[in-house]
Amino acid sequence: MPARSIIQHMMNNVESRTTADAVVVEDLRVVRGGKPVLPCLSFSIPVGQVTGLLGPSGSGKTTLMRALVGVQKVAAGRVEVLGQPAGSAPLRRRLGYVTQAASVYDDLTVRENLRFFARVLDADPDAVERSIAAVDLGEAADRIVSRLSGGQRSRVSLAVALLRQPEVLVLDEPTVGLDPVLRRDLWQLFHRLADAGSTVVVSSHVMDEAERCDRLLLMREGRIIADGTPAGIKQQAGSDDIEQAFLHLVEAHAGSAA
Amino acid sequence: MSPRVTLAVAGRVLTQLRRDHRTMAMLLVLPVLLMSLLWWMFEALPGDTFDRVGPALLAMFPFIIMFLVTSVTTLRERGSGTLERLLSMPLGKGDFLLGYALAFGLVAAVQSVLAVSASVLLLGLEIQGPVVLLTVVAVADAVLGTALGLLVSAFAQTEFQAVQFMPALVIPQILLCGLFVPRSGLPDVLGAISDVLPLSYAVDAMRLLTATSDTGEVWNDLLVVCAFAVGSLVLGAATLRRRTA
Ligand SMILES: Nc1ncnc2c1ncn2[C@@H]1O[C@H](COP(=O)(O)OP(=O)(O)OP(=O)(O)O)[C@@H](O)[C@H]1O
Ligand SMILES: [Mg+2]
Repeated sequence: MPARSIIQHMMNNVESRTTADAVVVEDLRVVRGGKPVLPCLSFSIPVGQVTGLLGPSGSGKTTLMRALVGVQKVAAGRVEVLGQPAGSAPLRRRLGYVTQAASVYDDLTVRENLRFFARVLDADPDAVERSIAAVDLGEAADRIVSRLSGGQRSRVSLAVALLRQPEVLVLDEPTVGLDPVLRRDLWQLFHRLADAGSTVVVSSHVMDEAERCDRLLLMREGRIIADGTPAGIKQQAGSDDIEQAFLHLVEAHAGSAA
Repeated sequence: MSPRVTLAVAGRVLTQLRRDHRTMAMLLVLPVLLMSLLWWMFEALPGDTFDRVGPALLAMFPFIIMFLVTSVTTLRERGSGTLERLLSMPLGKGDFLLGYALAFGLVAAVQSVLAVSASVLLLGLEIQGPVVLLTVVAVADAVLGTALGLLVSAFAQTEFQAVQFMPALVIPQILLCGLFVPRSGLPDVLGAISDVLPLSYAVDAMRLLTATSDTGEVWNDLLVVCAFAVGSLVLGAATLRRRTA
């Protein structure tokens, strides 16, 4: 079966789902630096799933996440989160966003960072300690962030997003530089959050993480070239290894686009 | 906007400053040292030159220092992604700006109390008007510097560019504020420009306070300085964009 029809088939599968949607994107177009980074994107994500966003570097994952959060200027199209336009004021307390680079204050301690963001978010008093425990930073809690390792820093950034148990959690490569044990724990956490009703969107480069998603969106050059469960994608690409399936689909798309 | 968030921002900025001992020391000690240097320069000269120049400098320090500190700090906040993160949270733009203004205004108050006390008590600066009002003017000045710093940080991409706004925006104000040539003696065009620059009013206020005990005009000048500060903060809020390209 040619790649094009595989993709079509998977797209149809997704469109026939009827669960309530946490995210609806319709004909989204984003232009960055004069270049159409997302030419025309449409998809939706139901509530309570862990959705993985995969794709080569520069394929537009971060741009798409920024559009979901409402910090990206959008040229055309519709982005709705929890039934409201992305970035609207009421959404700001229902959504958590972790940027690709850790965005916390380097000159404050872990706990000071979390206390500050907790006050901004009006989170409950235990939220700070709970978040610290969730990312396993108890021992580093009183250390200055600039003196932490890269993985520890990104965990501080992640902890901020967990302060309010957001209904939608957008995570841009949250597990880069983390050891396997910690990655496993965090993925278990993402799934616990999803089971509790949160919708989690995670971008990643690590293929074994792709296997842990309920659903995968494969992106290339601002387009979604495959959409389905990890098993579905492997099956359709005729490979039992997700990395092989991914390479196969990206190359097939590159071939058909040329 | 909410007081909870504004105070959270102010508290956080102050904690960051407290961590940074070197910056803190510079903020608090440098103006005192520079006033002393000025006093020493004029020591051997006849007349009361220190009394004439000193007040203008008391108005300038908080303005310049706060301008620099604020533009660089906010730019750092833009660059590190924390501003983007904050703007994706329930935080009013006014909360952010006012939080900064509060924190730096407080630092400026301490800074001014130190500089004014040293000038009056140690260096023998003669002040006819109420010393308290002198400090109030200095704080208003610092808030003005903070507000302008916040505003220009929106137009700079790097800390390097932000620092360049200092010669562009601050030095002309220093030249035209009446320190070098009395404002009444400036050519008409320059006089008119001087009339729309906030630092001119800050320096006028300081001058009046040292020269007379009549405070009526000082309040006018103070009002103008505050109006500029509020205006810059409002403009600054308008330049903070939640969505960026
Ligand atoms: N600030 C920007 N200004 C202009 N163009 C940008 C900007 N940021 C990203 N781009 C461009 O947009 C495209 C998509 O970038 P994006 O950051 O969304 O990719 P990504 O999939 O997240 O990549 P990575 O896996 O490396 O993080 C790239 O071609 C990139 O060059
Ligand atoms: Mg990215």
